[in-house]
Amino acid sequence: MTDSPYEHHDYDVLIIGAGGAGLRAAIEAKQRGLKVGIITKSLLGKAHTVMAEGGMAAAMGNVYEEDNWMVHFRDTMRGGKYLNNNRMAELHAKESPDRVWELEQWGALFDRTKDGKILQRDFGGHRYARLAHVGDRTGLELIRTLQQKVVSMNTDVFMECKVLRLVHDDQGRIAGCVAYWRANGEFVTFGAKTVIIATGGVGKSWKFTSNSWEGTGDGHAMALWAGAKLIDMECIQFHPTGMVWPLSVRGLLVTESVRGDGGVLRNSEGKRFMFDYVPEMFRAETADTEEEGDKWYDDHAAGRRPPELLPRDEVARAINTEVKAGRGTPHGGVYLDIASRRTPEFIRRRLPSMYHQFMELAGVDITREAMEIGPTCHYIMGGVQVIADTAATAVPGLFAAGEAAGGMHGANRLGGNSLSDLVVFGRRAGMGAAAYIEAGDVSTSFNMDEVESAVREALAPFERTSGENPYDIQRDLQEMMQNLVGIIRNGPELDEAMSKLDVFTERVKNIAVKGGRAYNPGWNLTTDLPAMLTVSRSTALAASLRKESRGGHTREDYPNPDPDFAKFNFALTSEGGNWDSPISAAESPLLAMPDELKALLEEAH
Amino acid sequence: MADVTMRIWRGDASGGDFENYTISQNEGEVVLDVIHRIQATEAPDLACRWNCKAGKCGSCSAEINGKPRLMCMTRMDDLPEGPVTVTPMKTFPIIRDLVTDVSFNYAMAEKIPALMPPPMPEGGYRMFQQDVERGQEFRKCIECFMCQDVCHVIRDHEDNKQHYAGPRFFIRLAELEMHPLDTNDRREYIKEEMGLGYCNITKCCSEVCPEHIHITDNAIIPLKERLVDADYDPVAWLGRKIRRRTKRSATDAAVQPAP
Repeated sequence: MTDSPYEHHDYDVLIIGAGGAGLRAAIEAKQRGLKVGIITKSLLGKAHTVMAEGGMAAAMGNVYEEDNWMVHFRDTMRGGKYLNNNRMAELHAKESPDRVWELEQWGALFDRTKDGKILQRDFGGHRYARLAHVGDRTGLELIRTLQQKVVSMNTDVFMECKVLRLVHDDQGRIAGCVAYWRANGEFVTFGAKTVIIATGGVGKSWKFTSNSWEGTGDGHAMALWAGAKLIDMECIQFHPTGMVWPLSVRGLLVTESVRGDGGVLRNSEGKRFMFDYVPEMFRAETADTEEEGDKWYDDHAAGRRPPELLPRDEVARAINTEVKAGRGTPHGGVYLDIASRRTPEFIRRRLPSMYHQFMELAGVDITREAMEIGPTCHYIMGGVQVIADTAATAVPGLFAAGEAAGGMHGANRLGGNSLSDLVVFGRRAGMGAAAYIEAGDVSTSFNMDEVESAVREALAPFERTSGENPYDIQRDLQEMMQNLVGIIRNGPELDEAMSKLDVFTERVKNIAVKGGRAYNPGWNLTTDLPAMLTVSRSTALAASLRKESRGGHTREDYPNPDPDFAKFNFALTSEGGNWDSPISAAESPLLAMPDELKALLEEAH
Repeated sequence: MADVTMRIWRGDASGGDFENYTISQNEGEVVLDVIHRIQATEAPDLACRWNCKAGKCGSCSAEINGKPRLMCMTRMDDLPEGPVTVTPMKTFPIIRDLVTDVSFNYAMAEKIPALMPPPMPEGGYRMFQQDVERGQEFRKCIECFMCQDVCHVIRDHEDNKQHYAGPRFFIRLAELEMHPLDTNDRREYIKEEMGLGYCNITKCCSEVCPEHIHITDNAIIPLKERLVDADYDPVAWLGRKIRRRTKRSATDAAVQPAP
């Protein structure tokens, strides 16, 4: 079928990304007897999933019997400010318990209740204690379990292999991709009947982020270039609690479990300020006083939840406001205090990674002192538009799951819903790909022109003897996005960002790379920048169009939600399919909600 | 703050040498911050592997002043005054500069006989915290492979890589053997194929573990005792004779399919 001049491999299902979603998709496709290949630009087991801390949300009802999928569905939709794909939220709430139990069959060891069931912890926006967890290293447990399962199934994994772009057949169906090996810089082509995008997030376009270097939005961008649509790209989650000091670790995540386990937020005056920031939507279920909130930790019937456990968008905005009002800490954050509220033994047992992280990197003993924290770019709710049941995109043969897919979380994601999202929709993407292959209408050719143009573009920076340093461009881009497309946005700044992004596009075309092709980080970064720019342009464009504030998108010139904007997502398409092609936006109406789901949202709980 | 001199090994499989970079420092920085600044300025092609920069992924292992460390968790102000030497892990083949080929570890992972749990009952398995805690300690492993790097069985004897799993996989095997749900028996396999006997418990692995896993005390020694019990316990020996049961062979254990 192909006459690729490069190393070439053929698969039924080719998965780009080896985090939770990619690995779970691989297991599903393997179990269905398909030939599966996984490509990752890092080593296996290092994906950003390892950094997830608090847990995975699943209404198993192990701690509160009252919990069930309907409450989880409602919490997810409310947290997402109703911009969610309701079918995704429904599937997620219904299927996540089975996905957690399945992990135990594959070797995961979750923390236990006294009677030997999987223990579940409290998190923001979840009505009941719902997060299955292992201390504060749940992501590591998830990825290691899936990794070991994938390895035991003899799956082909291409490590430190960077995909440049997707390849079509002559009918516009997906036919594979072109990539290069980081170790030696040689190109490699992959033919595939189906490709699953599971590339994770985009946070590396911002200066202060919890994301690893990999979060450059490769999958978002490649799907857009290939003809898929991106939705909700304006909805970016700034996690309320990232480290602020020392500067070298600014943005590093401090798990929400600190608050779930009793930690509170205070400003420089020592005040628990979150009581001043309870929005109307959550007032009925939030404590009025510190005493009431404190009772809730032990018994959810004895009081309402403390406002520190509001959804992340609310808490991040409140912290931002406190700091701007001059009530911040010396390094521009607020205090997160668990030392005065729990014993040192409790803190070390429940939050071992946090203890370790602050002790070693900041010299702060969190069992004795408060942490200084502030918002950090953490997660993108937006992503490739998919059909909920199959994870299929608008391009035949292309699927997307996990953070790279959009819709599940609406305008704001609840903590703990990401790990369960990965396994629920990773599995569904594997199923969707299998069904597509079974239907038989798969790619019949491999467009070598697309391969050659990607190769030419990748090698061009070696031919320039003078030009831009890719690291300078990356630093300037992160600075600009942080300042102009950050947690609080306004129209003129977004316009300014968009015109600056045009300048960045020209700068990227003038990069000169030093050294050879073998494991050259400067060159590797150069090949990440087109995706970073595509994502940045998508976010700036969608943010300028959504003239309201909703979830992870806050406009100071339109500070309130606008019901007219609650009816659709902005769906972006590429006009030309290249990384520098114009991006256009159209309103894509939300999926109509069945009456039985509507009834769940209206029920008083 | 005063400038610092970084002596960084640069080269590839064909050879290399140290290069010196004198560079500014900022408060609270770790070694990886300084390496990144060298990349962004003087040497954009300086190869180093990293991902999370938070001590959670285990990618940025290197030898700092001769000792295996995570570059992202080693603070510059904790190192002695004077030049800082950074070299790649010695036990693995060089790819470039600070990046090594760690595929030995991935090949070894493929040989580990998987967990074999019984079918799951309605409502999930029941396990108790004190029972899962033993395995949880080993599952903290971030696969930085520094225990493998420092283990003299393979650090100084390349041939041993054929038949020696190394500390990282001894804790994995211990975890499986201690797993409350496991029904597989890997004892013979651990002895014959994984080379547990080569370890002479010098505890170098435990000393370098960034997760402070008690590799020797809690995994290797109990595993060794378990194997010795299987071979020499007279009651077990008699039991085998009477019930005419033979232990499953190493190959049998290895090919047991995952559920």
